[in-house]
Amino acid sequence: MQKITFILNGEEVSLEVLSSTTTLLDWLREEKKLTGTKEGCNEGDCGACTVLVTDLKKGRTEHKALNACILFLPQLDGKAVRTIEGLASKTSDLRIQEEMISNHSSQCGFCTPGIVVSLLTAQLNKDKNYDDILAGNLCRCTGYTPIIDAAIAAEKTAKMPVWVKADNNKLKKISTNKKSKQSKLFLPQTIKDLEKWCTKNPEGILVGGATDVGLWVTKKLMDLKQICFIGQISEMSQIKTANQSLNIGACTTIETLRNNIKTSHPEFSELLRRYGSTQVRNAATIGGNIANGSPIGDSSPALIALGATISLNLKGKHRTIPIEEFFIKYGIQNKQKGEFIESINMPRKEGNFRCYKISKRFDQDISAICGCFNITIKKDTIINARIAFGGMAEIPKRAIAVENFLMGSSWSDETISKACLEFENDFNPISDMRASSQYRNLVAKNLLKKYFIELSKTEKNTNVLRVKI
Amino acid sequence: MSILKPLPHDAAALHVSGSAQYTDDIPTPDNTLHLVFGLSEIAHGRIVKTDLTDVKSASGVSCVLMAKDIPGKNDISPSPFPEPLLSDGTLNYIGQPIFICAATSHLLARRAAKLAKIEYKKKKAIITIEEAIKAKSLLEKPVVYNKGDPENTILNSEFNLNGTINIGGQEHFYLEGQAALAIPHDDGDITIHCSTQHPTEAQHKVADALKKPMNAVRVQVRRMGGGFGGKESQSNALAVACAIMANQTGKPCKMRYDRDDDMIVTGKRHDFRIDYNVGFNGKGKITGIEFKQFVRCGWSADLSLAIADRAMLHSDNAYFLSDAKITSYRLLTNTQSATAFRGFGGPQGMIGIEQVINHISQYLGKDSLTVREQNFYNNPSKRKNEVQTTPYHMQVKDSIIKPLVKQLKSSSNYTKRRLEIENWNNKNKFLKKGLALTPVKFGISFTLTHLNQAGALVHVYQDGSIRINHGGTEMGQGLFQKVAQVAAQEFSQPIENIKITATDTGKVPNTSATAASSGTDLNGMAVKVACEKIKLRLKSFLGKTYKLKATEIEFLNGSIYCKGKEYSFKSIIKQAYENRISLSATGFYATPEIKWDRLKGKGNPFYYFAYGAAVTEVIIDTLTGENRILRVDICHDAGKSINPAIDIGQIQGGYVQGAGWLTTEELIWNEEGKLMTHAPSTYKIPACSDRPRIFHTNLFHYEGNKKQTIYRSKAVGEPPLMLGISALMALNDAIASVGDWDRYALLDTPATPEKILFEIQKQIRGI
Ligand SMILES: Cc1cc2nc3c(=O)[nH]c(=O)nc-3n(C[C@H](O)[C@H](O)[C@@H](O)COP(=O)(O)OP(=O)(O)OC[C@H]3O[C@@H](n4cnc5c(N)ncnc54)[C@H](O)[C@@H]3O)c2cc1C
Ligand code: FES
Ligand code: FES
Repeated sequence: MQKITFILNGEEVSLEVLSSTTTLLDWLREEKKLTGTKEGCNEGDCGACTVLVTDLKKGRTEHKALNACILFLPQLDGKAVRTIEGLASKTSDLRIQEEMISNHSSQCGFCTPGIVVSLLTAQLNKDKNYDDILAGNLCRCTGYTPIIDAAIAAEKTAKMPVWVKADNNKLKKISTNKKSKQSKLFLPQTIKDLEKWCTKNPEGILVGGATDVGLWVTKKLMDLKQICFIGQISEMSQIKTANQSLNIGACTTIETLRNNIKTSHPEFSELLRRYGSTQVRNAATIGGNIANGSPIGDSSPALIALGATISLNLKGKHRTIPIEEFFIKYGIQNKQKGEFIESINMPRKEGNFRCYKISKRFDQDISAICGCFNITIKKDTIINARIAFGGMAEIPKRAIAVENFLMGSSWSDETISKACLEFENDFNPISDMRASSQYRNLVAKNLLKKYFIELSKTEKNTNVLRVKI
Repeated sequence: MSILKPLPHDAAALHVSGSAQYTDDIPTPDNTLHLVFGLSEIAHGRIVKTDLTDVKSASGVSCVLMAKDIPGKNDISPSPFPEPLLSDGTLNYIGQPIFICAATSHLLARRAAKLAKIEYKKKKAIITIEEAIKAKSLLEKPVVYNKGDPENTILNSEFNLNGTINIGGQEHFYLEGQAALAIPHDDGDITIHCSTQHPTEAQHKVADALKKPMNAVRVQVRRMGGGFGGKESQSNALAVACAIMANQTGKPCKMRYDRDDDMIVTGKRHDFRIDYNVGFNGKGKITGIEFKQFVRCGWSADLSLAIADRAMLHSDNAYFLSDAKITSYRLLTNTQSATAFRGFGGPQGMIGIEQVINHISQYLGKDSLTVREQNFYNNPSKRKNEVQTTPYHMQVKDSIIKPLVKQLKSSSNYTKRRLEIENWNNKNKFLKKGLALTPVKFGISFTLTHLNQAGALVHVYQDGSIRINHGGTEMGQGLFQKVAQVAAQEFSQPIENIKITATDTGKVPNTSATAASSGTDLNGMAVKVACEKIKLRLKSFLGKTYKLKATEIEFLNGSIYCKGKEYSFKSIIKQAYENRISLSATGFYATPEIKWDRLKGKGNPFYYFAYGAAVTEVIIDTLTGENRILRVDICHDAGKSINPAIDIGQIQGGYVQGAGWLTTEELIWNEEGKLMTHAPSTYKIPACSDRPRIFHTNLFHYEGNKKQTIYRSKAVGEPPLMLGISALMALNDAIASVGDWDRYALLDTPATPEKILFEIQKQIRGI
């Protein structure tokens, strides 16, 4: 029997999970009759289902806003969950609730519980970047302004809710629970555990953050058996510096990575800021983002341009390949049955790396095109060029023809114009609901021009997001 | 004491604590069944064979129903044109319901429905406006409005331009998806809880489907998690499905659409193509104009005729058109049946004329605001001015567009910013800014005249507490609070003493949809009438008892004053009760003065107009088409606002929703007619960071509505959406600056980065 333990609104819950893919949202609403957490999309895009999940990592508490609709119950093992019902016994206890009332921040009110949870989580984390905090909380009624007004008004006098400490203590208690052999089978604690599981279940499914697998269940209605949750493997959730490179465990979440590389890789970090939303980044892992081989995933083209490698593990045997070699064809990756991604290696500094994510909406949108450039220039000559795109082919792909043309040429307007012609030899993108092939082709060229302009520093303003108002 | 106050939404405290109950949150008995529809996979054709064996035998499934199993009418249409709930064998769009599957859980029902094996015979499908025009696929004969002699005036005008704009539809994306719950009773009656803007229609359709009289069906709705028009007729399907399944099985039945189903099944805002031909003089004054509006109605009539009418009725927006002809083609296609959406055709009609003004301004090289000012309706309160008429011959007696725009122009620093932007654009090669001011004049009333009525029920209990009920539904717009404020005002009671209750067809019958921005106008008035009845009875009782004239009795500051002596409200109510005075009353209101001929396009379809204007500043990236709204200034007319905070909420929310429609919100159907953007992963409504960073929102202060509306306020639900058109025009302005103003920037909508970049390309390449 698969047993998990977590804390729900202050109460310890021990569950025998019959189906590993029951989502927290369904369980809350259908089993626990806690209907304050809403379903707006069932796919991680609207934030109506946002809950606060607290985790103890090496004695440090981590508060995360997560989407309950694509969070499987086993992912909560050893954690504490607070739903809107568990935040305060009366609204006057919580500044943010009070301010949302007096600032007219709710109209239909359906998005509101999720927004309150997101804002409270941010308060616990002392985070005030409301655009990022709320990127994953859609509101169709208010236009957001009164919500932000409330958040700002609540900043000064906000108090720590009393239950924060209590939850912490309870977490400490359950974290010392010894894992049974059986639960280790679907909740491996070490790389060794995982190797064993993979050997036994070569066709099995690993779940990192479930921001992809979650949708197989909620949208494709798949009935998944043989599944294993790898989020508790701390060896695979670390970022280590080694020589000239950064070694990133495959289970590192996008949000952790983004925060860790803000100074070393500001451009890559900014790209990750626009990956999904806070809730999605808090769940999604870098390993999962690479492993699914999506042609429109954001981290892959960036990592290709950065010259990253990945380490794969098959029954304890390791191999390391340049990340671009991982992607073979749409849906086909350079990965054996039972093999998993253990870590990613990338250079410690990003140098001239720049990346551009083009989408219909800035926040929480999938790239129509993601263009990543990394060119080294010495005395006005291009000595190295790595260019990779998402959204331009059936896999994240290098622009080899363009790179070849650039290599050895002078760093000039003329070179860039000519290099643009080479894109046709590299890509033949499709038209879909995100963009037409003509647009993709044109933007790919224009992004190279933009990169040139930005690196040459000939223009002050090149990014609509960075223009001062 | 209660009106004009910025009181919070009546349920604000429940919203923020997660305790506000929506339809899907209502506790249900253990034996409740969960329903889903099995959907058509083809856009046009017939069902040849249906094999539902696997569906029926799937885990948890207890019953499957098809069209033939419906005891009464298989119809959910809100119009006289029929619209089956379940396919009668013909299929008209991808997503059309074919069968209903009931299972013990929502997930099991969804899984089971996927197991249907249906064989189809496909026919050629008509998807786009162009295909429908070619196939002459019309819902009704083209409708023509005519005033003056546009053909000749255009011919004889100094300048002449023509063009076309394609306007995309819009998904409502109410955060709460469609939902209904049916509870059968021992006597065969049924109660439906439904997230609907139109409980009476749901009641009517359920009764017809069950072959029962309307008095056997009760529909209740406490609140919706957003509606925006999407729950005016689209909610019927779920109410009826739950009712027939509950009737069949004797069990409570609940249905809620998964978001993807919601987007695939339900109708959206109508796509339009508008062709124009305009004559004008050197100042930009329009001398004659012809519009052709092509309206994509989808597969059934739904509310399309009235929506297409309203588009025609707004083809003038705030501009006087002396000679105008508008022709409207209502096209049938094999797509979702387009439906009501905030503005109800008005926004598309307005975009037509705004595009014309944009075109004229660029042609003449003038700031578009000066061209707009040339064409605004007169201010008839200035004595010398003649009263002008709309293209449908209605006199515009209440235009305040000129003073309103004047005020906004100055408060937004329009002229100065126009110069600053020019300078900025000269200094920046790749990023360009744009600015535009656009007006709104929106007609208030249902154009289907008989819908302009409302009822209310007001009880005063013997302890002095008050409970109100009316036909309007609460979807976030703050209607309940505004109407409660009316009752509080009438009785001079604190708002806390007014209890607001769920809309219930068992309490107030024969209600109209909460739509056409009419909620407060109609229901506020009906509640006022009911309150006045009770007050009159109280006054007559007090008059008789204490020998007072009616004028000597006043409801003031929470009390009742008799010849200046204060009595508590409670004590008087107690006395009245003990003296057997009726303390409960119904109220009824019907909007006066409206009458028109919709086919001729003549008369007064509207009681009055609501006005507004917005200035939007944008920035675009000429290499990628990416863009952002930088600043918005709004001046809007809510008459004498009953609740300025709620009204400002409607204005800001409406603006953002309108701007979203015209920029990021793109609906894409593939060649087969499948909606490809059927989830928030691909359909992008504005997110938090898309809001205008600087957002000055003001109400226009004046003596209020010329007409005797409730406390001289004006309707505010829909009009602000159209303020978002200024964002589109600002984008055009920014693009035009790339080509140094020698080419026109005429964006189709939504103006995605892709459309913007291609429009920029035209500027650069000079085509
Ligand atoms: C709302 C939303 C927004 C999104 N926005 C973006 C975005 O902006 N940019 C973007 O790039 N993506 C985005 N995504 C996609 C998504 O986050 C990733 O593609 C996802 O796979 C990330 O990892 P995960 O840990 O959640 O993967 P999971 O769902 O857990 O797993 C995905 C796949 O990878 C496999 N897998 C996971 N870990 C490993 C491993 N260590 N070794 C081998 N196989 C493994 C799983 O078996 C599965 O096949 C979004 C998703 C959602 C729901
Ligand atoms: S329900 Fe929309 S994010 Fe979970
Ligand atoms: S208040 Fe309705 S969605 Fe936010």
